Amino acid sequence: MTDSRIEISFTLNRRPVTLRVDPRSRLLDLLRYDLGLPGTKEGCGEGECGACTVHLDGVPVNSCLVPAWQVRDRAVLTIEDTAEAAVERMLDAGTTQCGACTPGVVMTARWLEANPRLLERFSARHLMAGNLCRCTGYDGIIDGIEIPVPDREEA
Amino acid sequence: MRVDLATSFEEALRIKAERSDVVPVAGGTDLLVHWPDAHALQERDWLDLSALTELSHIHFEPDTVVLGALATYWDVIQDQRFRALPLLPAAAATVGSLQIQTRGTWAGNIANASPAADGVPALMVYDAEVQLASTSGRRSVPLADFYHGYKQLEARPEELIESIRVPLRPHDFENFTKVGSRAAQAITKVGMAVAHSAAGWRIVANSMAPTVRRCRTLERLVESGGTVDSPDGLLSAIRADVNPIDDIRSTAAYRERVFSRLLYQTLLPACSSFS
Ligand SMILES: Cc1cc2nc3c(=O)[nH]c(=O)nc-3n(C[C@H](O)[C@H](O)[C@H](O)COP(=O)(O)OP(=O)(O)OC[C@H]3O[C@@H](n4cnc5c(N)ncnc54)[C@H](O)[C@@H]3O)c2cc1C
Ligand code: FES
Ligand code: FES
Repeated sequence: MTDSRIEISFTLNRRPVTLRVDPRSRLLDLLRYDLGLPGTKEGCGEGECGACTVHLDGVPVNSCLVPAWQVRDRAVLTIEDTAEAAVERMLDAGTTQCGACTPGVVMTARWLEANPRLLERFSARHLMAGNLCRCTGYDGIIDGIEIPVPDREEA
Repeated sequence: MRVDLATSFEEALRIKAERSDVVPVAGGTDLLVHWPDAHALQERDWLDLSALTELSHIHFEPDTVVLGALATYWDVIQDQRFRALPLLPAAAATVGSLQIQTRGTWAGNIANASPAADGVPALMVYDAEVQLASTSGRRSVPLADFYHGYKQLEARPEELIESIRVPLRPHDFENFTKVGSRAAQAITKVGMAVAHSAAGWRIVANSMAPTVRRCRTLERLVESGGTVDSPDGLLSAIRADVNPIDDIRSTAAYRERVFSRLLYQTLLPACSSFS
């Protein structure tokens, strides 16, 4: 194959980057293999599990469903941007067991914590439904999220 | 694989006019499934629409709402103005999960043409129109007439969807029902959208035919005020409108049975001819 790489620039974890991407790469591949950020995980590779969740222009998306060239001129935030203090509650709540889903869970939870008014309309469980976990039974995940107590109940 | 990164809608239309087999990409939530193993797709050329900010608008005009081709489910869910068209956010909230809703577009749902699409019935029940564009001009097609058969669209190869126009009418009855295997991340086994306004009754079925389908025989039955005293009283009209199949998610018999019961229960409180 001739070099059909596409040059893109975008903001990754608050820093500008420019690189050439294989047109077949997904954002997930770009992060893990081109940029050496393996924190974002691949579970299903088809949008079902949320293990690959990152923020694209401030909203959670599945990076396995984003062509790498679509992030040009946009802002991507990954689990590597997360400070340990931001997950302190999770460390105590049993949010993580095997850890495969955890980076995705943390990224959706961070967005939810940054947008608490969403909880006036949706339950945390509904908003977290795109992050599948095979270990915790989910209570540990919901308990690990920093949200007002009444909203913790399933709506 | 060649990728064209369009920087304006006019440029995208020119590319589509020159090479009509390019695959337009919006949110990628249909196209990227099974990527990177989708070799057949990777041999195609791609046309990225995602940077075309002129397609991401949502305009509320006095009697119409215009959804640009990049408007997502999440755009609609979090916009309180859609209280005027409540089946749109209701349907959007059933699509996949949050991470799918933030990327998936209404136009992509229409163009993907799945019989199980959830956005399409909610738009169709409100008499939405698809605005098609090409270098030779613009035209508008009622969504209810947009599908000729399984994955067969009214759009010509050189056309792109530019926007979706939804009339803003007061409705005195609206319902959206999705039956899937679980609450989130489930594909519809049986679905329907029902609405009543001054324009009359609208009944739309999904996962019940090779396309999402407006059910005109059922609409006429309800309009006529003919007595319906059980779900079975709807069966002959249902059979005239749709033809469900057996597939990996369900059976034709289950679909017909569930659809007739859901529709009966939905209309019972709203129609005096139902008992
Ligand atoms: C995990 C998962 C769960 C899902 N759950 C649901 C669900 O519950 N209900 C449901 O209905 N769907 C569901 N989907 C399917 C998908 O999310 C929707 O169909 C979505 O609306 C597609 O929009 P998109 O922008 O991502 O489309 P894309 O994948 O970008 O494109 C889809 C099709 O539309 C064409 N297209 C896109 N924009 C245009 C345009 N402007 N003009 C012409 N053609 C265009 C593309 O060429 C392609 O053929 C799910 C998908 C996944 C991965
Ligand atoms: S790996 Fe992306 S959703 Fe599962
Ligand atoms: S902790 Fe194992 S999958 Fe969630």
